[in-house]
Parts: sequence; C-alpha cells; structure tokens
Amino acid sequence: MTVMEQRGAYRPTPPPAWQPRTDPAPLLPDALPHRVLGTEAAAEADPLLLRRLYAELVRGRRYNTQATALTKQGRLAVYPSSTGQEACEVAAALVLEERDWLFPSYRDTLAAVARGLDPVQALTLLRGDWHTGYDPREHRIAPLCTPLATQLPHAVGLAHAARLKGDDVVALALVGDGGTSEGDFHEALNFAAVWQAPVVFLVQNNGFAISVPLAKQTAAPSLAHKAVGYGMPGRLVDGNDAAAVHEVLSDAVAHARAGGGPTLVEAVTYRIDAHTNADDATRYRGDSEVEAWRAHDPIALLEHELTERGLLDEDGIRAAREDAEAMAADLRARMNQDPALDPMDLFAHVYAEPTPQLREQEAQLRAELAAEADGPQGVGR
Amino acid sequence: MTTVALKPATMAQALTRALRDAMAADPAVHVMGEDVGTLGGVFRVTDGLAKEFGEDRCTDTPLAEAGILGTAVGMAMYGLRPVVEMQFDAFAYPAFEQLISHVARMRNRTRGAMPLPITIRVPYGGGIGGVEHHSDSSEAYYMATPGLHVVTPATVADAYGLLRAAIASDDPVVFLEPKRLYWSKDSWNPDEPGTVEPIGRAVVRRSGRSATLITYGPSLPVCLEAAEAARAEGWDLEVVDLRSLVPFDDETVCASVRRTGRAVVVHESGGYGGPGGEIAARITERCFHHLEAPVLRVAGFDIPYPPPMLERHHLPGVDRILDAVGRLQWEAGS
Repeated sequence: MTVMEQRGAYRPTPPPAWQPRTDPAPLLPDALPHRVLGTEAAAEADPLLLRRLYAELVRGRRYNTQATALTKQGRLAVYPSSTGQEACEVAAALVLEERDWLFPSYRDTLAAVARGLDPVQALTLLRGDWHTGYDPREHRIAPLCTPLATQLPHAVGLAHAARLKGDDVVALALVGDGGTSEGDFHEALNFAAVWQAPVVFLVQNNGFAISVPLAKQTAAPSLAHKAVGYGMPGRLVDGNDAAAVHEVLSDAVAHARAGGGPTLVEAVTYRIDAHTNADDATRYRGDSEVEAWRAHDPIALLEHELTERGLLDEDGIRAAREDAEAMAADLRARMNQDPALDPMDLFAHVYAEPTPQLREQEAQLRAELAAEADGPQGVGR
Repeated sequence: MTTVALKPATMAQALTRALRDAMAADPAVHVMGEDVGTLGGVFRVTDGLAKEFGEDRCTDTPLAEAGILGTAVGMAMYGLRPVVEMQFDAFAYPAFEQLISHVARMRNRTRGAMPLPITIRVPYGGGIGGVEHHSDSSEAYYMATPGLHVVTPATVADAYGLLRAAIASDDPVVFLEPKRLYWSKDSWNPDEPGTVEPIGRAVVRRSGRSATLITYGPSLPVCLEAAEAARAEGWDLEVVDLRSLVPFDDETVCASVRRTGRAVVVHESGGYGGPGGEIAARITERCFHHLEAPVLRVAGFDIPYPPPMLERHHLPGVDRILDAVGRLQWEAGS
C-alpha cells in the first residue's frame, strides 16, 4: 500500500505519552558550594578526622613548596603545584579504603602521596627518569595522567570490572576544570551512569586551564550541573574547606559502594601558583584575585577552626610543621641523588616478548654502550 | 579412527567460534562494543554470545569508541581481558587517543607492572560498497605505534587461530578483520577444535620461483588469482601472506625474496607512508644482492577512500599486479 492509498484510512493520533526517565531535581547541585568550616555544621565534624586533615594539609603544602624548589635546582623537569588545592588532594586520598582506586591527573601528585605513595616514587614522571615510578596495582593508584580526562573512562572500566567480579571497590577519578571540556569526560560520565558504576568524579575547579578562565571554558551554571544530563547527582563543594570536601566525597563514595552509581563532585578552589614552574600567571590574572583566594587558604581555615574549638594549640601546630619539615628534608636528600638508570630498560617493557625488530635495536644500543665505555676510537671519531 | 569431512565455513563464523571458545575457556574474557549484544554485531561476528554468556560478558555499550576502549583499559587494569569491536575501520578514529596514549604504552610506562591484554577488533578495508568512512585501511597508523601488535587474517583458519592468539596475548592486539572476506569460505570444520596460530609468522601460501608477491588480509585472494593468471605469461609467482604486520616476519619474507630475486608488495591502503614502503625498505636492506629488480608496490591510490561506484578503480586488482610483475623484468639503466 502506498502512502497515498493509506491516506484515507489514516487517523492522526497524538504521539505516545512522554515521561521523564528520572526526576532531575534530586540530581541538581545546591546553588552555593557546600561548606562545613566556619558554620554550625563544623561542631558535628569528627575532631580526629579534622586533626588528621590538618596534619596532611601542612605536609601537602610543604611538599608543594619543596617540589617547586626542586624544579629551580633542576632536579625536576617540571612541577604543577597544587598549592591552594591541598584540601581536595588530601580529602581525595583519605576517603578511600585500601582496596579502592585513585585515578589522578598530572597535578595530583599530592593525592598519591597522601594515599601513602613514596614521595620520590610519586615524582618519577616529573623528574623524568621514567614515566611511572610505582606499581599501580600495588598502591591502587593509576599512573599520573598527562592527557586530559583520558583517565576517567579507565576509572569507570575498573569500577565496572570490580563490580562484575563482586568486589566492594570504588574508583575515585580526579580531573581539572579544563578537562571537563574533553570528549573523554563526557564519555566517561555517560558510561558510568549507564552502567551505574561505583565511581566518583572529582573536578578540582581551580579557575584556569593554564591561562583560560572558567568563563571561557564552559557556559554551564556550574560544572556540577553537568552531572544531571547524564543522570547522576552533581555536588558542589568549597574546595578549600577540607572538612566539606571530605564529607561530600565520603557521601559519594558510600553511595557508590552501596550500589547507587556515580556522582560528579565539583570542588571550587584556586590555583595559587602558576600552572607549572614554566608558566607566567601574571599574564592572565591580577594580584588582587590571588590575594582574595589566599585569604581563603585551606590550611588557615582549618587551623582557625581547630584552635577556636581548642583542638589545636601552638605545640600541635609546631608538631605538624616539624613533621612536614622532616618529610621535605628527606625528599630533598633523596631527590638530590642521581637516579641509577639502565638504558637497556628502553626495550624491556614494550611488549611481553620483544619483537625481532626490537631485539636488533637492543643489540645496537648494547654495542653503542660498549663502544662508549671503551672510549673514542675507530671510524668517525 | 573416524575422519571428519571438512565443510565450508565463513570467516565470520570462524571469528564467532574463536570468541565463543575464548570466552568459554577464560571467564576474564569480555566482549564489548556498539551492537555486539542483542544484534550480534552488524557483521554478526558476536552472534549468540550475549545469550550464551550473558550481557555482562558480551555488552552493548553506548555509542562512543573512546569510551569503549577507555573503559576497556580500566577493565584490563582490574584483570579482565576485554575484546572490543570498533564496528568499522574509520569509526576507530575517536578512540585513537586512548589507543596511542594509553593502550599501547601502559606496559612500558609502568615498567611492565601493568600490561593491558586488550584485543581491538577492527573490520577494515573496502570492496563491500560501503559509503564514506566504512572502507578505510588504517594499518599504517597502527604499525607506527610502538606497543601494539597488528594482526590480520586472510583465511578462515587464520581468522580462528590468530584471534584466539590475540585474545590470549598479554599485550594489546589490533586485530584487523578484512570485511570483504567475512563471507569467504574455505575448508575449515566449525565443529572441530581449531588451532591457535602464533602471532608474528608469515606463511608461503603458494610456492614459486620467479618473483614473490608479499601481501596480507583482503589482498591475499587477489594475489593468488594474479599468480594463477601469471602462469600464462610464464611467471611462477610465490605468494607470502604476512598475517602479522607487527611483529614483522623478516625471516620468511627475506627467505622467499632471496629465492626469487624479485618482489612486489600488494595492499589496499595508500602507498605513500603505507606498509609497502616499510616492507620494501626492509627487503632492500637485507636482500640487496639477491635482488634482480627494485621492490615494487601495488597499493591503493594516495586518496581518501573513494565512493563505492569508483572503488574498483582504486583497489589493487589482478591487472595492476600483473602489470607490476611485468615491470620486474628490470634492466639496469632502463
């Protein structure tokens, strides 16, 4: 029957009734970032946890200044400092159980250290002696990731695999505000929501992707709002409030562990230092903006709260600083030793079994090294 | 002792059997991709797997190649052995960052601590009348990426044997399936246990003395046909099927060229920057004194893959191969 012949019999009907698949309201973030410190909610916070967060923040700040100093001495190729963002880094590490996995970006060395990774191993990539200085499975920390947002689908896949195996594991993936513009951010969030994978995404919105401010990065009301379109809750938190970040992430991790699926958390914070030691931040932002954020410093916020409540005194502050100083001294001492590198490692880990072609190249390098050891001689010298 | 008569099976059936056998042998093997579940794949290669092993092991994913491969990375990090399908050659391009920045180098960057046993199935090549983005031959991109194995079967038996080997490999394997051979049949018994073929070895499909045709995947049947046709011209051609582009079997290729003294490399992908240039260079470096003529290439033109009505002018056919063979009667100074 042709369309023309059908026309006589055809009776228009309304389209099948459409119902929204989920009520978006519970998924929406609050209008303002969640805060704990300086509010009445702080009284509910666990003093032990607050003290632990404080000690880690002080260590983290010292780690950032030490690593930055090491770049000036040529001991690190580059260091993307997380000064100002320590509350996010530390909370991300502390909310995870040992069996959980952390998926850091390149700026998240500190989160890896706070999770227990040896500070020297954590700097392997940035030092330039190898790409990853640790066994990711041993520490359950994925390699520090330089491409933007590409580690997010890994976190989703791992969390999904763990759930398929019946393991009670959560993956926490870190990404910056710039990374949310990448396609992999979208694909990861979509897969996570469709699979209801036990994964938590933490966006550290530090204001700039190198020099590009958030306003030129997105037109969304907040980065947390992006969650709603995927069908997962979005949460907005003050990224300089360690207690608040810890609380929001803890809830998201518990939600994921209980089978509730993924959450997108946006922590609003600020990158006090330049993008890396190679960047000149004065070209794209003014001092007054930086000073305003310095006045909202994560360490000062927590220190104030703890001293106000009598949970921390001068001795406690000194002890935290001495502990951080010892860590920095140890890091400095060990980073000032030249790493022992084996050039033959170039070929050792490309494939499980080197290809015949790589074996030939391996032999070539071995011969070159032997010739080098013998000193200059022969043709062309 | 009973002998089972070999009955014809298609390459697609052999691939399905390989997936099924691999999944039955190892619960860590997971098949994933767009349309691989309920539909059984647009080429039906994953037909029945979701029903037999459940949707958790043969998973219809959202339509997102970077997401498919990216989540497979995470699954492999947790001990699974994902087999992902890219549906069509040019659909794999969105996944290139995951492939190149993570899949290919995870073992290396972690100094061997985290190998990724992922098989990436890519139906590739032309000759099926597909519209744009359904006929690319992307093997040169994969070959240029250290850390990947690149494998392509040309026979039904190899489709089974090499796919089993790819899935069993502890390293990532780009498994290129010549889609115009999906329905080609040869004598392979789908009811008998298949043989697993080691990756990295070329085979001589046809012995000859006057010249060697070096080829792989979709161009193998064309080369065999050309070799038959060349007999009338007095040429006795040897045909080498590479089967694996990475690692490359210099030994088999060079042994053949040393015997025949002449070589033509045949493939569908473009010649400039294509696999043939690499292969010709390797032969020249190793067999220079055995060569009676320059190593020639018969490749696709250096153009974006043409529309279906013009693809017959692009694809290397018997005549173009015979023409190259004729040019092997090369004289110095000519």
